[in-house]
Amino acid sequence: MDLSIFSEYGPRLLSGFRLTIICWLLGTVFGAALGLLIAVAQRYGGRAVRWALQTYIELIRGTPFLVQLFLLYYGGPMIGLRLDPLPAGLLGLTIYGSPYFAEIFRSAFRAVPLGLIEAGRAIGMTEMAIVRRILLPVGLVSALPALINFSIILTKETVILSIITVPEVMYQTQYMATMTFTYLEGYFALALFFWVFVEVISRLGRRLERRITRHLIERT
Amino acid sequence: MFSLSTFLDAFWPLTMAARYTLLVSGLGIALGLVIGAFVCVLALSKSRPARIAAAIWVSYLRGVPMLVQLLVVFFLLPVIGIDVPAIVAAVMTTAIVASAYISEIWRGAIMALPKGQTEAAIAIGMAPRHSWTRIILPQAVALSIPQLINELILLVKASSLVSVVGVMEITRASQAQAGVTFRPLEAYLAAACLYLAINLCLAALGRWLEHRMAV
Repeated sequence: MDLSIFSEYGPRLLSGFRLTIICWLLGTVFGAALGLLIAVAQRYGGRAVRWALQTYIELIRGTPFLVQLFLLYYGGPMIGLRLDPLPAGLLGLTIYGSPYFAEIFRSAFRAVPLGLIEAGRAIGMTEMAIVRRILLPVGLVSALPALINFSIILTKETVILSIITVPEVMYQTQYMATMTFTYLEGYFALALFFWVFVEVISRLGRRLERRITRHLIERT
Repeated sequence: MFSLSTFLDAFWPLTMAARYTLLVSGLGIALGLVIGAFVCVLALSKSRPARIAAAIWVSYLRGVPMLVQLLVVFFLLPVIGIDVPAIVAAVMTTAIVASAYISEIWRGAIMALPKGQTEAAIAIGMAPRHSWTRIILPQAVALSIPQLINELILLVKASSLVSVVGVMEITRASQAQAGVTFRPLEAYLAAACLYLAINLCLAALGRWLEHRMAV
């Protein structure tokens, strides 16, 4: 095995790595935002809204991410939605993640003690204020472990974007592998890289979790 | 515009290809259950090296994207002199990845059982072997059914990735269909419908099993 290929293709791999992180962060942020919107709409919407959103959730969760991407990227132009790989990938990640995030928020909202919401109503808070000042702050804390967990799952989904030619780290590894016939070395290095990457963010996640929930731990 | 006949025509070849989707995910979970049981035994064992080995296995397989693992296996097998069709690499990868998740599901189920169950078994004089086969395992398996079905649904979706190494499952077949008809929207929509149908059936099966095996 020749290690010099990694220095020759280093800049490419590095730019791929940067794009992977960008895709992951944007996908998580947009997906969580859409998921939050869905969860709030499910809580306050009427029967029809709730039914429509539940159907959306089932549709997205029942189909593979790869097929969703193909539909968006190759099927989209047929209905006038013509996107470059990167925007298509980001939109795909957002849509793919949104139902999972919505379910996380929904169960977190349900875990907020009813007394808090009733107290909010009793002192005359508007429903918007209740969402912003009670449901979100209390719910987000209990949703944090699940949110971190799902964002870690999303890091691994970003490699699928390489199939619709988003030049993230998997795509660049594939490029290097094809140019130098180092398939096994390339993919194995990528596997090790992801192993470390996921391990690091899950540690950071645990630390963040401890920091944010420290007010819940009783002092002895 | 959307062509209904192309959409409907796509279903027959895709349904044929669905056999491979079911084969990869079905064999994947079956082998995954076996390897997962073994890993779970290691993870719960008293020996420290065994626990560490299990922890590394689980952390690697859960930390690395399945697409990358698939390609590692696909390119590794010929190098170590095993020349097998792509479908074998696909099933192997699926089983190995599933084993990590399944061992965690089982570990969780076993740890979730109240300690009193084991203590009661010992108190009435059961041999450790019998306390496992009669008390712990039946309850743990029943507890884990919903999560195992969930894992199977995840595997059905993940099996779309094996299209990359050329296994003619639903996704690959829909790509071929899109190439022939020049109508990707209809082909991929049909694929999505098929996956949805499979997963809804599995979810219904899960609810039924959960109901039947309720502890």
